Amino acid sequence: MDTIAPIAQHTHETPSAAKRPWLFTRPTAKTGLVSWLTTVDHKRIGTMYGFFALFFFLVGGFEALLIRIQLAVPNNTFLQHQTYNELFTMHATTMIFLAVMPLSAAFFNYIMPLQIGARDVAFPRLNGFALWVFLSGAIILNVGWFIKSSSPDVGWFGYAPLTSVAYSNQFAGDISTDLWVMGLQILGVSSVIGSLNFIVTIINLRAPGMTMMRLPVFTWMTLITAFLIILSFPAITIALVELMMDRNFHTNFFEVSNGGLPILWQHLFWIFGHPEVYILILPAMGIISEILPTFSRKPLFGYPIVVFSGACIGFLGFGVWSHHMFTTGMGTVATAAFALMTMAIAVPTGVKIFNWIGTLWGGHLQMRTPMMFALGFIWMFMMGGFSGIMHSAAPADAQQQDSYFVVAHFHYVLIGGSIFALLAGIHYWFPLIFGRKVSEFWGKLSFWVVFIGFNTTFFPMHFLGLNGMPRRTAVYDGNMGWNTPNFIATIGAFILGIGIAIYFAVMIYTYFKGEKAGRDPWDGRTLEWAIPNPPPEYNFAVTPSIHARDAFWYDKNHQDESAREKIQHARAESAHGGIHMPSQSWFPLFTAIGMLIGSLFLANHNYIGAICGGALTVLGAYLWALETPGGYHVHAEPEASANPYDKVSAAKH
Amino acid sequence: MSSHAATIDHHHDVTTSTGIPNKKLFMWAFLASDCMFFGALISTHLIYRLHPPPGSPVVNKVFSIELTSFSTFILLMSSLLMALAVNAIQKGLVRSTRHHLLGTIFFGLIFLGCQVFEFTHFVEEKHITLSNSIFGSTFYTLTGTHGCHVAIGVLWLILMYIRSFKPADADAGRPWIARAFLHVLVFAVTIVAGMASVLGLIHTLQAHESLGEFAHTHVAVLLVTIAGLAGLSFLGTSKAAVEFSEANAIDVESMGLYWHFVDIVWIVIFTAVYLIEFL
Repeated sequence: MDTIAPIAQHTHETPSAAKRPWLFTRPTAKTGLVSWLTTVDHKRIGTMYGFFALFFFLVGGFEALLIRIQLAVPNNTFLQHQTYNELFTMHATTMIFLAVMPLSAAFFNYIMPLQIGARDVAFPRLNGFALWVFLSGAIILNVGWFIKSSSPDVGWFGYAPLTSVAYSNQFAGDISTDLWVMGLQILGVSSVIGSLNFIVTIINLRAPGMTMMRLPVFTWMTLITAFLIILSFPAITIALVELMMDRNFHTNFFEVSNGGLPILWQHLFWIFGHPEVYILILPAMGIISEILPTFSRKPLFGYPIVVFSGACIGFLGFGVWSHHMFTTGMGTVATAAFALMTMAIAVPTGVKIFNWIGTLWGGHLQMRTPMMFALGFIWMFMMGGFSGIMHSAAPADAQQQDSYFVVAHFHYVLIGGSIFALLAGIHYWFPLIFGRKVSEFWGKLSFWVVFIGFNTTFFPMHFLGLNGMPRRTAVYDGNMGWNTPNFIATIGAFILGIGIAIYFAVMIYTYFKGEKAGRDPWDGRTLEWAIPNPPPEYNFAVTPSIHARDAFWYDKNHQDESAREKIQHARAESAHGGIHMPSQSWFPLFTAIGMLIGSLFLANHNYIGAICGGALTVLGAYLWALETPGGYHVHAEPEASANPYDKVSAAKH
Repeated sequence: MSSHAATIDHHHDVTTSTGIPNKKLFMWAFLASDCMFFGALISTHLIYRLHPPPGSPVVNKVFSIELTSFSTFILLMSSLLMALAVNAIQKGLVRSTRHHLLGTIFFGLIFLGCQVFEFTHFVEEKHITLSNSIFGSTFYTLTGTHGCHVAIGVLWLILMYIRSFKPADADAGRPWIARAFLHVLVFAVTIVAGMASVLGLIHTLQAHESLGEFAHTHVAVLLVTIAGLAGLSFLGTSKAAVEFSEANAIDVESMGLYWHFVDIVWIVIFTAVYLIEFL
């Protein structure tokens, strides 16, 4: 990214810039550590989200391998029970909140503004803040590995009363559960702030002509996911507040002896938790809806139906939470209602799958690596969907509840679904982001090893579950008939691990030594392919105007018209002072560090420290407001070339 | 991007796709999220209300509906002042905006003072604490969370009020920031001391003690309050031209949206927590 030609720039307040107080001097570094710490560029923020998410993906994968080693043979003593509890808690929490969600956020950040023809998100500094708050939450969750308290061990849904002081504290001063509470709370702040930003960006920063029904499907899914996040996270925020009040101030929300109802936790948690499932899968569906048309060389089949199905899934997703609680005795009416809703949500999901098949049908399929992962997604996600439908029948669910059948189900939708799509997305957009292309042989090899390893691991778990093996058990006896499937699953886990290792090795190799991709390597359809790679800081030298759904495809077929418009737009824009860029800032990082300090003290029940951290956060936010958005202009002179959004030279003004 | 027009259209922003200013859209989306936040908390209270364990306090003997009606009225009137502040800044009337902001701050503080009094009263007279009953847990957490929202609103109003003194001359940057921080500090000290004085006065009146006794025991906080108010009126007079103008209307309006939302939530809480007990 440091290959960008030198660009003339000047601040808005040129005459007084020198006299700004040092506190509000804006960092201007374009390379080096400071440039990354103070960045407000959605592409850099997206890249960092991706980097941290992939790091935690490997951490979570390592935890999974430890779990599989323990379960490889009966009566194994590889791990202590306490460690095992910590591992399955942290594996789930890490994979959901620190791997899949931020990896989706990485694509939201990087790709969505490019797809709508924007130069950045609506609130660039807030976007940086969301990243640093995410990192703070990740640190709080994982700090337990390095302290005496050790890591959270209450399971990723932390059912009451397991989280109460009486049950969760191994010894006085055990703060592992408090770290879990604060970590999730802070991650929620990050997700909500990021989502508010995406909502405003998609609704308000669309390029001229980019109507809502011309938005690329990935952008649509970003919007729906963002709404799911802002509407579902408050439920877990309140649940965690109540739990924190119970643990820190001895309230009775989940304290049975004083009239508390532990079932309330389950309801509040799953009112968040079920939309969360769609928060994990809708971005994946968006990525797939971009990749399939590109490599089928056809527009997406039934675009409006795909969009409305996504919205419908998001909407219904708020009405099915109690299917996680069929065995709690809610009563027949509630159980029947939630069972019906759960079956209903399969309809829009099935509609999407048929639309993807319709996209493939009659297309000129190009079996490139992203396409392999995308096709793998459709198949594997359907498998997970089928076992999901089985759970919607409450009587059947009573048998499957808390067994390995459920484990098999959600790994099929989360790995076979979300992870396959995210891995596809990395392959698909890698040439855009880094300007290099992954070798087809190694890409496909990693796909096949991942595919085989994944199925070897999780397919036997269906049988384990139906044979009664409960989840979250550290040891099992040798005479239960679970030995062979468990052993196969462990072997599969290592094959999967090797596949992921190949995938990462290939990515790292490609980053340094890969073949230069050149522009628009897949012959793409959406606007992000219209710009050079790696993209310049300002994305589009000239704001594009959009005439059709597959905007870039249209431009490629109407080159004269586009070229004319570009020249007009370029003139209009340079008459208004050039391309406006937001200034970098220290305060997002500063404010997030305040939050990190305050939360760590709060988890330690040190209220003076927590108040100091809070004060630091408020101070950061106030200085942030006082420094004002700032900004400067750059001038990129487009040439009337075949690729109309091209930035060829950067002219001094 | 259009050039600056002579007058600002406060209902249409030409730089966005929809014409809605980004800040306003952001605030609406945030308030949607906050609805779910209070929804979960109010639901918790209502669910536990239906399952009182033995020995729970008799709630309608606990509440002072007169006090809460008074503070509700004050909070609603603060919304009126907030609306007037938005109206004033949309017309570019900075002085009038400041007065209405100060009024909103003052009314918000009265509401918070009532809440402090109510909590103290419940703990000391009615012996309801966070931990000794489920009612105490849900009541204090719910109304306390709302109180935090009001307090954040008051802080925001104060910061906006102080921001309105930022000089138009950018060269005056450094002294202005020092002055702004001093201003925040004086506000904080005055509010704490003032609240202590008023609550002390109420306590004196309730205990039928003489005002001389009150003045004697509260001499420090009274002096600090008076000094603080003097400091605020000094800091609140500024002859220099300021940067704050009609262009900041969207900032005041976003803050107003938040403030009105917090009031509306209180109407729901007043109904679902207080009035429902007297049905």
